Amino acid sequence: MNRPALFATQVRYVNKAYWRNPASAFFTFAFPLMFLVIFTSLLGNGKVHIGALVVKQSTYYVAAMSAFAVVTACYTNVAMNVTFQRDLGVLKRIRGTPIPSWLYLGARVVHALLMAVLLVLLTTAFGAAFYHAHVPSGTTLLRFLVMLAVGAGSFAALGFAITAAIPNSDAAPAVVNASVLPLLFLSGVFIPLGNGTPAWIRWIAKIFPIWHFARGMESGFLGTHFSWNDVLVVGIWGVAGLVLAIRHFSWEPRV
Amino acid sequence: MAVMDRSGSTAVEVRGLTKAYGELTAVAGIDFEIRSGEIFALLGPNGAGKTTTIEILEGYRQRDGGEVSVLGLDPGTQAERLRSRIGIVLQSTGVDRYLTVAETIAMYSAYYPHPRRRDEILELVGLEAKRDSRVLKLSGGQQRRLDVAIALSGDPDLLFLDEPTTGFDPSARREAWEVVKNLAGLGKTVLLTTHYMDEAQYLADRVAVIAGGRIVESGPPATLGGRDTARAVIRFRLPPGAVLPADLAVSPVADGMVELVPETLTATLHRLTGWALEQGIELEDLSMARPTLEDVYLELTGAPGAHHGEHISQEADRRRRRRGSLVP
Repeated sequence: MNRPALFATQVRYVNKAYWRNPASAFFTFAFPLMFLVIFTSLLGNGKVHIGALVVKQSTYYVAAMSAFAVVTACYTNVAMNVTFQRDLGVLKRIRGTPIPSWLYLGARVVHALLMAVLLVLLTTAFGAAFYHAHVPSGTTLLRFLVMLAVGAGSFAALGFAITAAIPNSDAAPAVVNASVLPLLFLSGVFIPLGNGTPAWIRWIAKIFPIWHFARGMESGFLGTHFSWNDVLVVGIWGVAGLVLAIRHFSWEPRV
Repeated sequence: MAVMDRSGSTAVEVRGLTKAYGELTAVAGIDFEIRSGEIFALLGPNGAGKTTTIEILEGYRQRDGGEVSVLGLDPGTQAERLRSRIGIVLQSTGVDRYLTVAETIAMYSAYYPHPRRRDEILELVGLEAKRDSRVLKLSGGQQRRLDVAIALSGDPDLLFLDEPTTGFDPSARREAWEVVKNLAGLGKTVLLTTHYMDEAQYLADRVAVIAGGRIVESGPPATLGGRDTARAVIRFRLPPGAVLPADLAVSPVADGMVELVPETLTATLHRLTGWALEQGIELEDLSMARPTLEDVYLELTGAPGAHHGEHISQEADRRRRRRGSLVP
């Protein structure tokens, strides 16, 4: 089988296994949509002030949950699945076959990207149908897609990198959530950061990629200012994640 | 097997292999050779260096020293080329639990340049009835057979089986053994590691006993450690107060048992039982046996005493003595 065909086959098998695993499908797909409904039901009539712009909270959450969905599909899911595969010995077995490592792991990344795109589409459709979300088009759409691609790729790379810090699959949920949940709050994904947010919170949040990625998603849905700096910061984190992953990735369980 | 053997070529050659993990020496210079079409067993206790050795041959670990050739390739530098020609069953490996048996085999087959037909593989490992079952529904024995099926998917020339039946119940072991025997019928070369004597005896054409990172003995299981030429041992319980004639020299072993290693078995047995009848003595637990592969193994690996305490230590002593007494 030639390389592209093998790659496509591999993505197909990842996809098959993915949908048959109730936990991964549930957490990735149901969570963002569930949160969207819960948050908008609880807080939907409030207003969010972004600089001079005022948007309904329900619209805000369409952007926020898109960002959350991408982080879950690419970072959380990749980190958890790869750790489980490592501890089950699947990765070691793969290493003993002729399939190139980059091809095997690359198929997983591509699958994560596809899931991220699907989730953003779902969230958008949901948001447009029920919460008056602005659907990006034209240049806004192009910039939005660049941010989406860079973000999804970077979070997947970081997902691989974090596996090096996860001692075993029992610890995976704790490590992954501890690394991502505080940042989701600090970056205004779960609770909007109003204009009165303490400066130190913004200052900390801006170091990390989620803040910048969330702003990029907002620019698509809310018509806020799009900054290439956000794309750059997310991309730098992605490259750093890739370098760490290449250096410290383990194909065998850490004993 | 000789029929399958292509010109008696060598599949694996290992010379002076060494490997240490920090202070710990795992493999302390071993040599062996496996001919094409042969089932070769590395037999030894846990921690003897079996897995380290096999993982060096598979290309998972780099050796510290020595020469290694697997199918004419050096696994240290040519692992990529090697991988399309070998099949590996690791000690503990998983597969994606949500794929079916047939999907799993198809997925792995796609990695190889010349895969074996899937139906053939399913039949070989006896999983035809389970082809559409998800992996997570398989029993332990069935999962192990799936491991072998995956290892066969690239139609390899050489198969590595690292402790293929550890943790199995007796019937699952039997099933696994039949699968391995089938592989030999295909002309595959098989290197297996095991710490079960009966497994080595049943499956292997040749066995190398490994202990403390060294090969302490090797040969066909039937002749290992001189089993075939070793003398039989007569063993019995001597009632209290009974005194054997001087020409029947026995040595005491555990639990009030005594044993003797006769030069001429029939005559000595006749002499012993004749004396017992004369005296009206019943020789309880009378038995005679050649050393089993297990005896040879325990003696070679020095396994007893390590964690079984006093009684086994005596057994070890006895075995050492007996070995000495084998020399006329």
